[in-house]
Amino acid sequence: MYEFNYQKVESVSAAVAALKNADDGKFLAGGQTMLPTMKHRLASPSDVIDLSGIAELKGIKASADTVTIGAMTTHAEVAASPEVQKAIPALAGLAGNIGDPAVRNRGTLGGSIANNDPAADYPAAVIALGATVKTDRREIAGDDFFTGMFETALEEDEIIVSVSFPVPRAAAYMKFENPASRYAIVGVFVAETSDGIRIGVTGATPCAHRGLRLEAALAGKLDSAALDSVELPVDKMNSDIHASAEYRAHLVKVMAKRAVDACN
Amino acid sequence: MAADKQSVNMTVNGKPVSGEVESRTLLVHFLRENLRLTGTHVGCDTSQCGACVVLVNGKSVKSCTMLAVQADGAELVTIEGLANGSELHPMQQAFMDNHGLQCGFCTPGMIMSALDIVNRNGNDLDEATVRKELEGNICRCTGYHNIVKAVQAGAKAMGGGS
Repeated sequence: MYEFNYQKVESVSAAVAALKNADDGKFLAGGQTMLPTMKHRLASPSDVIDLSGIAELKGIKASADTVTIGAMTTHAEVAASPEVQKAIPALAGLAGNIGDPAVRNRGTLGGSIANNDPAADYPAAVIALGATVKTDRREIAGDDFFTGMFETALEEDEIIVSVSFPVPRAAAYMKFENPASRYAIVGVFVAETSDGIRIGVTGATPCAHRGLRLEAALAGKLDSAALDSVELPVDKMNSDIHASAEYRAHLVKVMAKRAVDACN
Repeated sequence: MAADKQSVNMTVNGKPVSGEVESRTLLVHFLRENLRLTGTHVGCDTSQCGACVVLVNGKSVKSCTMLAVQADGAELVTIEGLANGSELHPMQQAFMDNHGLQCGFCTPGMIMSALDIVNRNGNDLDEATVRKELEGNICRCTGYHNIVKAVQAGAKAMGGGS
């Protein structure tokens, strides 16, 4: 890892100011992707601004229709939260199956979605549940947040404060995971919301996306047989040593069907 | 760039420690090289193998994927902090009794992860739970069977059973 200046800040405004003053600063959340990336010298920020001391970024609040999770809340905390387990069990289950226990003790919701790894789990839930990402300066709809591979709508010095997930009538997440890394080779999140059935797909393409073809085939009904005839564009799928594009297209359908069945 | 030195203070195995580290110093290197606590191992250095797991404020953490400065003010427990003199911790004893190791390189991380598993799941652990919970710890010798048995036995012994 190259040298850098480390600063720990206690407020969002101090973090933004620290980043503005840095040549090439980066925010550090749980560090479970960023530190390995820096060790590989794929990133070499001049300044690392640690967000872990900012109290307002932590915690979980649940109301009758929304669960709001602070950006610096760890995957382990989301998984173990009685509020999340009760309101959106599929979200608690998703968080509890990211990486491994030690990674879940450090990795955070905000870090995961800000990084937007093509195979990360949380983006599928943010999209399917129609979540809202609250930052230090605005609110961004989940549908507009993920813009490309490792790219988001966030500005360079913008900090995610929390994510609000509307409570769905039913939801399920099914992941075909890489057996070594536990990243999603394909993950499909299906939610029956006040806005109809919404589907978020991760792992399949360079950036998590909404499964509009799948949603159209379901036509508002949680009937997995309706997905049999869906044709998915193989040429848009990722292809790597773990799975070919054809295999991923197949997996999207299989995971979507399983998730639909699990909603019933 | 000039090395940016930071002072860190933390409690390790019940004792206050301090040191001067570069920002980029990983926690595992601070433990091994500054404190000479070499029981915590570096296996893969890519946050996959779990040989470097320690407890930070009671939770299992891969110490190769945390900066030493991030542990400033924290309470840490490493494998060296478990035995009471010559009397092994029940989880260590269970690994010995069940032959839960061959070369032993992964064992410190296995045992520290096992303590986190017991903290979260209690003393009566079924095999499937232990296997799932050990996903972040890799052993290249044993095939895991005796490790799983050791964690189950150690968990029981920690609860006062045998």
